[in-house]
Amino acid sequence: MSLAVTSAPRRRNARLLPGFQLSLGFTVIYLSLIVLIPLTALILRPWELGVAGVWDVVTSPRVLAALKLSFGASAIAAAINAVMGLIVAWVLVRMQFPGRRLLDALIDLPFALPTAVAGIALTALYAPNGPIGLWLAEFGIRAAYSPLGVVIALTFVGFPFVVRAVQPVLEDLDSGLEEAAFTLGANSWQRTWMVVLPAIRPALITGVSLAFARAVGEYGSVIFIAGNLPLRTEIAPLLIVVRLEEYDYAGAAAVGLAMLSLSFLILLAVNGFQRLMATPGAGR
Amino acid sequence: MSEKSIGRPSPILLGIGVAYVAILILLPMGMVFVEAFRRGPAEYLDIFAHSDTWSAIRLTLLVAAIAVPLNAVFGVAAAWAVTKFDFPGKGLLLTLIDLPFSVSPVISGLVWVLLFGASGWLAGPMASANVQILFAVPGLVLATLFITLPFVARELIPLMQEQGADEEEAAITLGAGGFRTFFMVTLPNIKWALLYGVLLCNARAMGEFGAVSVVSGHIRGQTNTLPLHVEILYNEYNFVGAFATATILAGLAIVTLVIKSGLEWRFADELSASRRH
Repeated sequence: MSLAVTSAPRRRNARLLPGFQLSLGFTVIYLSLIVLIPLTALILRPWELGVAGVWDVVTSPRVLAALKLSFGASAIAAAINAVMGLIVAWVLVRMQFPGRRLLDALIDLPFALPTAVAGIALTALYAPNGPIGLWLAEFGIRAAYSPLGVVIALTFVGFPFVVRAVQPVLEDLDSGLEEAAFTLGANSWQRTWMVVLPAIRPALITGVSLAFARAVGEYGSVIFIAGNLPLRTEIAPLLIVVRLEEYDYAGAAAVGLAMLSLSFLILLAVNGFQRLMATPGAGR
Repeated sequence: MSEKSIGRPSPILLGIGVAYVAILILLPMGMVFVEAFRRGPAEYLDIFAHSDTWSAIRLTLLVAAIAVPLNAVFGVAAAWAVTKFDFPGKGLLLTLIDLPFSVSPVISGLVWVLLFGASGWLAGPMASANVQILFAVPGLVLATLFITLPFVARELIPLMQEQGADEEEAAITLGAGGFRTFFMVTLPNIKWALLYGVLLCNARAMGEFGAVSVVSGHIRGQTNTLPLHVEILYNEYNFVGAFATATILAGLAIVTLVIKSGLEWRFADELSASRRH
């Protein structure tokens, strides 16, 4: 052990361990075949329509409505999960209660349950004749086959991302800070808002953006509950499928490229915001 | 307020959290089984008498049996390259490995249609070689490979980063060969994390819907995986059949979660830090 005392991050000796060329070569070739070349097709194929053609596709009312629904519903679902995910992570980390491990395991169910199964189950639950749908109907709320149904499905698929991002950071949080704040007379709300929240904010933002990104692209759990009416309850991924069924491949690729570019821009903005908010000592 | 209660949430918060998880997650799960058994066990068991169900099960198993080992080998190779060596462009490589997670499943299928479908770049060569990619098993495998590519790599990279390369370097110095070092030193260190990644990769491969839906062509008995079969039955208003088929997939999800939780509790030290809770 004493031989390897270096304070700088250890440099791997590429000469000592074998397999560098083999493992890196395989990784790069495999990644190119499965991810890079296919995605290049997505980036290049829309332009068969010409720049004006692509613009016409992505600014057509039906595409705009679909993008607005996908991104809007995803933002609402991510906001709901930001609050509820925080509460559930808080409860899981800070409380001991019977069934805690079961609750912890259940969080991952939306990851593990195939989206088509989630889709038909949520539809059965929220349809006008379903158990929750019937109850909501008494208040004149229509959940399934409406934009609200889209939000419900996207909340379901995004929930674990927030909990799983926040949970480890909350576990590692030094309780001494909160005790110090308590000693200084801070009440529980002040301790939560001024001590805990700043520390977990980076993780929370990461979790919420993951949930948002997942929701924007989500297909299986949404198409059953949405009703899929053009201009009203048609999500962007479904519109890609519709274009493909019309053999309009360039049009489908244009919608796909618009979706990816928008998601990319939003993630870029979130990262910029993260960096802006990052102050020394707050989080990592 | 006693000192012990600092940072302890109130029972009201516990109630809210439990109620939310129950309504959002537990109710839909229960609904699958309620709907499947709505007309009794005889109707439920009826799906197992159909050959379409069995061909869907076989196809789902076949696609996973090809895609999961390939992505497991990729995950190990990528983790070895990224964690044992320094090279320029590592950050970019890590970003690319994670990329499939932020791409819509529909787009993950669409890219293969753009390559192999009518007027696709590779449509000509494939036609002259008489190889059917789309609406056939190869298309399903490719779409599944794209979607599940990051799972194993993501489990292994943080763990192997923590473990460093000291043990491997010692083995090499003592005269062990590269493959011997990998199988005798590295593999025992990462086996539970590898299993964990394979488990999640497999669950996604068997349950994937959007990506395979785009490339499958929905030919009953031929290119229909289990999730696609659920959709077909549902759209035919055969709700009991759709939910009964869905119970197979829900069972898979439950088994996956049980094994996953078991791994997290028993082998916490041998999984990457983010999995230890």
